[in-house]
Order: sequence, then structure tokens, then C-alpha cells
Amino acid sequence: MTRPPLPSWMVNLSLAVLTALLFAASIYIGRGGELLADKFETISAVDRDIAWLVLTEVRFPRALLGLLVGATLGLTGAGLQGLLRNPLAEPGLIGASGGAALGAVLVFYSGLAAGTAMFVPVGGVIGAVVALAVLYLLAGRNPSIVTIILAGVAISAFTGALTSLALNLSPSPYAALEIVFWMLGSLTDRSMVQVWFVLPFMGLGWLLVASTWRALDALSLGEDTAATLGFSMRSVTARAILGTGLAVGAAVSVTGVVGFVGLVVPHLMRPLVGQRPASLLLPSALGGAALVLAADLFVRIPVNGPELKLGVVTSLIGAPFFLWLILRTRREAP
Amino acid sequence: MRLAVENLHASLGGARVLRGVSLAAEGAQFVGLIGPNGVGKTTLVRAVAGLIPFEGAVTLDGAPVSAMSPRARARAISYLAQGEGSHWPLEISRLVALGRLPHLEPFHRASPADEAAIERAIALAGVHEFVGRDVLTLSGGERSRVLLARALAVEAPLMLVDEPVSALDPYHQLRIMEVLRAYADEGRMVVAVLHDLTLAARHCDRLILLDNGKIKADGAPRDVLTPQNLRETYRIEAMIGEGDEPFVLPVRRAE
Repeated sequence: MTRPPLPSWMVNLSLAVLTALLFAASIYIGRGGELLADKFETISAVDRDIAWLVLTEVRFPRALLGLLVGATLGLTGAGLQGLLRNPLAEPGLIGASGGAALGAVLVFYSGLAAGTAMFVPVGGVIGAVVALAVLYLLAGRNPSIVTIILAGVAISAFTGALTSLALNLSPSPYAALEIVFWMLGSLTDRSMVQVWFVLPFMGLGWLLVASTWRALDALSLGEDTAATLGFSMRSVTARAILGTGLAVGAAVSVTGVVGFVGLVVPHLMRPLVGQRPASLLLPSALGGAALVLAADLFVRIPVNGPELKLGVVTSLIGAPFFLWLILRTRREAP
Repeated sequence: MRLAVENLHASLGGARVLRGVSLAAEGAQFVGLIGPNGVGKTTLVRAVAGLIPFEGAVTLDGAPVSAMSPRARARAISYLAQGEGSHWPLEISRLVALGRLPHLEPFHRASPADEAAIERAIALAGVHEFVGRDVLTLSGGERSRVLLARALAVEAPLMLVDEPVSALDPYHQLRIMEVLRAYADEGRMVVAVLHDLTLAARHCDRLILLDNGKIKADGAPRDVLTPQNLRETYRIEAMIGEGDEPFVLPVRRAE
């Protein structure tokens, strides 16, 4: 990889325009490809308030959440790949998303989810924070990156096992089905209240991850060199891991698990903006948002049958793409 | 610039590696740090760079390095790790530009002064022909010179280099030594861990011979590379060439 073919501002601008278009489309296009204007014509003849309600309470939160979750996954994926210097790292690696999923599932399991729609994201965020606390305890005061990965894998495995246990013990098949469907990941029927709830966690997480951008560049040459270039590795690692955990935990707690976006998007961006980890952060955030919005448009196109789940679609797109990446790497290998 | 190390003790995984090292160096010079494997050369360099905890004092112009902020220390001391490499296929000038990170203000782009420093480092290391290429496509010798250019770009008054010429062919060894020599001749201090005694004898102003965590000899190359010192520390007999073309050729083990 020599110099990238395009200046990075051009890539970022194009991605921002693409994301804005998809955001608008997400508001404009409904189930079965139904267009907003047509719908409003029929509805507004009856009641303008209903039309306004559909727009602000159904379409807008869904599009906004797609944007936020996609940006979170893309940004943290790129950040984590830079921190760990491993192109196979993905945001779920550190265990926070497993913790968030478990927290949300426990809310379903205990029957609290029937109370208010807010209990699920609250449970998810608590789960993510607990997972991060356990990660901190396991990794110790001055953690090496290997310790963090091992602790993250252990937490992911354990939260996965507990989630399965909750499914196993669930009182009725309907409860189990509800949990499974939630875990498949979806943006459907989310409210603005949920968006407002997760936004501070995501915002803080983004800032923490973004604050490490120069250190990620320095880390290209290894931890010792980064330390002698003026970066405190302890602080950089803590910021990147905590930021990733908060943002991804919040994302999972409100949408369920949306796989492969954090893994694949940085790979899609590298040919466009070059290999420098810092220059990947913004394009990956924008690219992640665009990918999730596009996938969420895709799930609502079929008219009949159950709606596809977002996490299913992103994995269906992501996994074959990853295979193609492997084949390309194998071809390029000497 | 004055570097002073006083009564330095350091351990690696519970084992005492350095046991009371003291040295002082001032002004422009090219110091070679020599000694057999495992005597603490790398540990000494890493302690001075602030990478490992130690007991004793390391000061730059009187200021303790352990009390400096990471950024201030990074501007004062550049460090080229042994076998350093790039994890990503970075383009050469972007890799060399990483050396300017300690000088960049938050949220600011590289200034014209930074660009000039990058250009000087590229010119000094002679890596201009590789600009535009990806570092992972270069040969070992070319890559070492590019990574050295990254360390030069810091333009720190003190540069620590850990085994810069190991695993290189003679041509590239000489090129690296010439670059280090030129950097010192610009008025800076270079401390290099070296295994090749002939290169050390021919390029360095001063050699520090470490043995068993302590300084065995310190001085001009011809005073340090004596048959007795080589026998006692390296356990070798060597042919030693004096005069204008000094060399050290190990010939047999001394038992």
C-alpha cells in the first residue's frame, strides 16, 4: 500500500454525503419500500398529527439509532484494530458487548421488560459497565495488551454461557423466542427516549477512543517506540478500552448484537485512506453508519413474512466479504 | 547536553541486571555500548529511555528523566528499539513523520518546521528513493535505514539505538554507522548498543564496555578494546589492528 489514491478529506466528505443520503432514505422509505410522501397523502387527509407522530416517534429514532450504532461500531473497530495492531480485532473482543447482551437478556428473563421499554437498555448498560469492571480487575493495574485480550475473551465466553443459561431456564418458549429475536439485533420500534439514554455513553466512548488517535499511529511501531514518542501506554490503553466498552455496550443494549460491522468497515476503508490507524477513525465511523443504515433499509424491503433482523443481515453481508478479504490476502501473499 | 547516570540498578523479572552503573557524557559524541549477551546493555538503554523502572538517577542537563513528562522526555531522547518494525504497511514518508509526534501540538497539523525535519531525516538516512513505497516491501537493510530515519526525525539531543546493525550485510552496516556518525557530527549525542567490535572501534568516539551489570572499561576505543578486556569479558582471543585502520577480529575462545 503506497500513498492512498484520494486525499482523506475527499473520502470523508463522500462518506458523509453517502451517510446523509442513507439517513434521509431511512426516514423516507418504509416497510415494503413504501414512500413517505405517498403515505402522508393518505394519512394527512385523516389526521396530520398521526403523520407527524410516525415521523418523529418511529422513523426518526430508527434512522438516528442506525447512524449512532453504525458510527460506534466502525469507530471502535478501527480504534481497537489500531490499539491491538491486529486486523482481526473487533469491538466485541473486550467483553463489553457480551456483558451488555447478558444485562439486557436478564431484564427479559426477569419479566421486567414488560414494564417499560427503558429497562432493557438500562440493563444492557449496567451489564457492559460490570463487564468492564471485571476486565479491569482481571487485567490488573498495569495490563499488557495480551492480558486484556485474554480477559476479554474469558468475559465474552462467560457472559455467552450465562446468556445461554437464561435461555435454557426461560419460563416459556415465547420468552425464549423474545430473547433470541432481541439478540439478533434490530432498530425497529425504538423510541427517542432510548436514543437519549444511550447517547451520553456513546458520546463519551467516542471522545475517549478519538483521543487516542495519535497514539494509535505511534503504536504502528510497537509499544516501546510509542512510549518513547511521548505517549503513556497505560493511559492510551485505558482510554481506548473504556471508550470502546462504553460506546459498544450502549449500542448493544439498545439494538442487540449487530455483528461484523466493526470488523469489516476498517478493512473497507484502508484502500481508500491508507493504512495509518489515525486516518482510519473518521472514515470508519462514517462508513459504519452508512453500512448499518443501508442494511436497515434492506431489512424493510420485503413486504410479506417476518422482518429480517439487522444483525442477521450485517453478518450475511459481512462474513462472505471477510472470506473475500482472506482470498485476496492469500493472493497477495508472496 | 549532558547525560549523567548515577549508581543505576535495574532488574528484569526479579533478576538483577544492572548493579550500580555510573557514567557521564557531554556534548556531541558517538558512544558505543558494548559487552557480551546478557550483561545489561539493552536494560541500560531502556532505563535511560524511561521504559523500565530503576533505582539510582538518570539526568539530562541536571533534570531527572523519570520526573519529565512523557512528551518532554520524547523530545529530549529518541529511541530506536532492537528489531523495531511496522505493524502496518505504512508509506515511507508517513512512517518517518511519526518521529515528529512528540513535537505536534494537539489538533495541529505538522508545521513547516516538522516537514523540514522529516526532509532532513530522509536526506541524512539516504532513504529518499523509497519515498512513496510501502515499508513492508523493502529489504531488511533498507527497512532499518527507514526506521532509523524515523528516530532521526525526532531531532532529539540524545539518540539511543539498540543493535542497529545486527542482521545486516556489511554494506548496510557501514551505511547505518555512517548515518549515526553524521548525526553525532551535527552536535548531538548518539548511544548505540553494538556487537560488531570493528565497527565500534572505527566509528565511535568512545566505548563503554559492560560486564555483569557493571562498567568494565570506559574510554577511547583503543583503550577499551585491549586483549585483556576482550579475554575477561567476551572470553575471546582476537587479532587487534592498531593505527589508522583499526579492527578487531575474534580468532578463538579463551578458556
